[in-house]
Amino acid sequence: MYFHAELKNHQRELHHFHMRIAIAAVLVLLAFMALLARFAYLQLVQHEYYNTKAEDNRISIVPLAPNRGLIVDRNGVVLARSYSGYTLEIFPSKVRDLESTINELAEIVEIQPKDRARFRKLMVEVRNADSLPIRTRLSDEEVARFAANRFRYPGVEIKARLFRQYPFGEVASHVNGYIGRINEADQLRLEEEGVAANYRGTDFIGKSGIESNYQNELHGITGFEQVEIDAAGRGIRTLSHTSAQPGNNVTLTLDIRLQAVVEEAFAGRRGAFVALEPSSGDVLALVSSPGYDPNLFVDGIDAQSWSELNNSLDRPLNNRAIAGLYPPGSTFKPFMALAALELGKRKPSSTIFDPGYFVFGDRRYRDSKPEGHGRVDLYQSIVLSSDTYYYMLANDMGIDAIAGFMKHLGFGAKTGIDLEGEATGVLPSPEWKMKRFSKPEQQKWYAGETISIGIGQGYNAYTPVQLALAMAALANNGAMYRPRLASHVDNLRTGERRYFRPELAARVPASDEHIEFVKRAMAGVMIEGTAQRAFAGAQYTSAGKTGTAQVIAIRQNEKYDEKKVAERLRDHALFIAFAPLESPKIALAVVVENGGFGSRAAAPIARIALDYYLLGKLPVKKRAIEDKGGSG
Amino acid sequence: MELAQFSPRRLAKRVSEGIDSPLLSVAIALVALGLAALTSATYDTPARIMNQLASLVAALVAMWIAARIPPQLLMRFAVPAYLVGIVLLVAVMLFGDVVNGARRWLNIGVTRFQPSEMMKLAAPMMLAWYFHKYETTLRLRDFAMGAVLLAIPVALIARQPDLGTALLVAAAGFYVIYFAGIGWKVLGTAALLFVASLPPLWGLLHEYQRKRLLTLLDPTQDPLGAGYHIIQSTIAVGSGGLAGKGWLNGTQAHLEFIPERHTDFIFAVYAEEFGLIGNCALLLLYTVLIGRGLMIAANAPTFFSRLLAGAITLMFFTYAFVNMGMVAGILPVVGVPLPFISYGGTALLTLFIAIGILMSIHRHRKLVQT
Repeated sequence: MYFHAELKNHQRELHHFHMRIAIAAVLVLLAFMALLARFAYLQLVQHEYYNTKAEDNRISIVPLAPNRGLIVDRNGVVLARSYSGYTLEIFPSKVRDLESTINELAEIVEIQPKDRARFRKLMVEVRNADSLPIRTRLSDEEVARFAANRFRYPGVEIKARLFRQYPFGEVASHVNGYIGRINEADQLRLEEEGVAANYRGTDFIGKSGIESNYQNELHGITGFEQVEIDAAGRGIRTLSHTSAQPGNNVTLTLDIRLQAVVEEAFAGRRGAFVALEPSSGDVLALVSSPGYDPNLFVDGIDAQSWSELNNSLDRPLNNRAIAGLYPPGSTFKPFMALAALELGKRKPSSTIFDPGYFVFGDRRYRDSKPEGHGRVDLYQSIVLSSDTYYYMLANDMGIDAIAGFMKHLGFGAKTGIDLEGEATGVLPSPEWKMKRFSKPEQQKWYAGETISIGIGQGYNAYTPVQLALAMAALANNGAMYRPRLASHVDNLRTGERRYFRPELAARVPASDEHIEFVKRAMAGVMIEGTAQRAFAGAQYTSAGKTGTAQVIAIRQNEKYDEKKVAERLRDHALFIAFAPLESPKIALAVVVENGGFGSRAAAPIARIALDYYLLGKLPVKKRAIEDKGGSG
Repeated sequence: MELAQFSPRRLAKRVSEGIDSPLLSVAIALVALGLAALTSATYDTPARIMNQLASLVAALVAMWIAARIPPQLLMRFAVPAYLVGIVLLVAVMLFGDVVNGARRWLNIGVTRFQPSEMMKLAAPMMLAWYFHKYETTLRLRDFAMGAVLLAIPVALIARQPDLGTALLVAAAGFYVIYFAGIGWKVLGTAALLFVASLPPLWGLLHEYQRKRLLTLLDPTQDPLGAGYHIIQSTIAVGSGGLAGKGWLNGTQAHLEFIPERHTDFIFAVYAEEFGLIGNCALLLLYTVLIGRGLMIAANAPTFFSRLLAGAITLMFFTYAFVNMGMVAGILPVVGVPLPFISYGGTALLTLFIAIGILMSIHRHRKLVQT
């Protein structure tokens, strides 16, 4: 009985299945009939129309590359622009013998070995380009000479192209960045972002700096022409034309004159400088010295210049301002003082005795002043830069409290500046050490290590932009604005202007009273402290702190002698400052690598920058910059 | 008499045992048309023809082996194949090579391999296995479970992103659910829910993704990108006319107006050169293939083999319909190859394994009859 029922059930199931097969078959036939109808429509009804399109009027779509937007500084001075020029281009697929064609071309236009080298490099790198330049920036005379001899060179053409130019050369090179040819990796990324079509006809793309970060703004929208071509692929006439829309102009917060003044002041020394407007996060200057000439990259850099830049011990291609890591040295002390006040570890009035050293366990931590500063209160500890005071303070606070407070000031975290390649830095803590090292004996945090943290040494490692940001936050009474280089973009076609708003990144958890105290102590540094000489006679109020960071560890009881130490092992000179004291307009950080004392090497650069920015005063011998800057 | 054992006729019989000649002849006829179109599409890179022939040999061997695996044994592969497929898809997500902006390939030393391809068979096998297991007690819960089993690989493939393959795997799984007998009301409700979920999904899309979808509706909006493909392929098909321009005479193909003309858009080359007559022949071949497949499904002995045969057959249909519809400008541009015609070794392998599975199901139709 049961068996019978199941069998019946099975039959019914099978019946249902066959029904569904039949339904599927009907749907398949209907779908194929729909296709057939579509084919019949296209191939019979519309055949004439499409045949005309295909046979007589073959339409080719020619992309029209947009004009790349300008980069200008906060005062409208042009930092990067495009100009049109002529290039001599070879269509490799249409030329039988490349080598002999190039040799023949050399008879009428100048072709240098580096042009040949670049062409060979492009042949390898750029796979699917129709034509590649053998010479760029032809003179009018050369254009005329080639035009007269054109019949001799099938597969070679003169093309009008847009070139990128950076009028200031090395100045602000790390901010501007540069453009270069779209390579395979760029192409893939564009396809991934779904914008590859908008780059048809475009050969160049931002590779670093603002050129890369604001590529989407600067690029514009590619236009196109529908062109009739004959069976051989030659254009007959243009059917429709949709103009390209030029890229947006990007206006920076940077002041190129301040930038140039500071770069001159570095005079080729290695180091970095970052100046921020505390109330907005505007980057007024961002220097990484030495720089490089971005114009070299525009045509594809030649091998010799590249190896010079790449192999230089000075590492000119590195952006030290955002990726260089330095111990802050004594510039860390004002922030330590703020932490101490805020966490109740010190009162302004409490004093310590500084004998010139601090003993912890069996180790003696030396003060930079061997005989010591004697009795020191918190104000004096900053003005005189007492190491002993901060050895003790760090020991009293402990590493967790220090790390906990310093992270509010942005130490050891990316600032979020609109440039690629920012380094994170190291805000030392037991957790960090645990992660950083793999061997158990290295992972443990030793109390002795906390002590050097107090004077900005030890594992401390921050970028100049982090230092400048912490300074700016303090100057702005705790309101920390994300550093930003782009102020707004302009759409030339619509006249629309789009602002990037200042962005409040964090609020430092410190009372106004305590911030005020630290500011006053830093003002003391300029008048009666370590920066007194550098700022003698300044016509504005300011606040600052010098710093000298050790590059090599000095053994106990050994004296550091600047002259004896090899140049690259000398201390780094640092300086942080803001001005004017009452309503800060600018906050800055200076690092001079192996510069020796902060007061001697770094503070004078800050003085030049502040004199120029606040008073418009130029160092006497630097007049030339003003003339150059005014031309844009 | 002993010598007769080695006679060529005997050997041929042994080898051809279980090979279904209608299926094989249709598949070979399709591949032959494909090679003709491929010759025209790749006149400048003749190496592709040799590659495709080599793939064909490998695919035929794979088909021969698949045809020898009884469905009962195949059913035992279902779960492991599915799980391995999922693991490989996750591996692709983590370590895959990026080609043309999508992370689809897994580099296994000697060669690169697309795990999403194997899911085209593994997913319907898994679902068929699951429904077979609960054959007598199937209820809504089981269909929901099937949908979840299907959604996992589909989501992983869609993320790569490879919308075309995700769609095909989803379709293959859906066919299994359909043949397993999901209620019409449930199906209708699911369809309604899907339609209702479209507006919110639209909001989640990126600007460029929306643009891409809008291009489907109006190709002239994006004449430099996806719209260009549709415009040019429609011209190619239309200009072919009744009898076509003749083999190797397609101007659209040879003047390089048709993008991806050896892979997804090969049908444009075919239709331009062979015209409406050629298209009818192609549709006829597919109809015979699908008809034969559905017949095999109808006569299959077990629930598992019925579901699998039905799903595989409709999968052939989906490939062909979506691809030709795309080239003819009535369906969106998604990366779906034309079965047996488009260039590509992995796809050919999958297709012939599928044919092999159908053959095996046909061969064993009487062995397990209850």
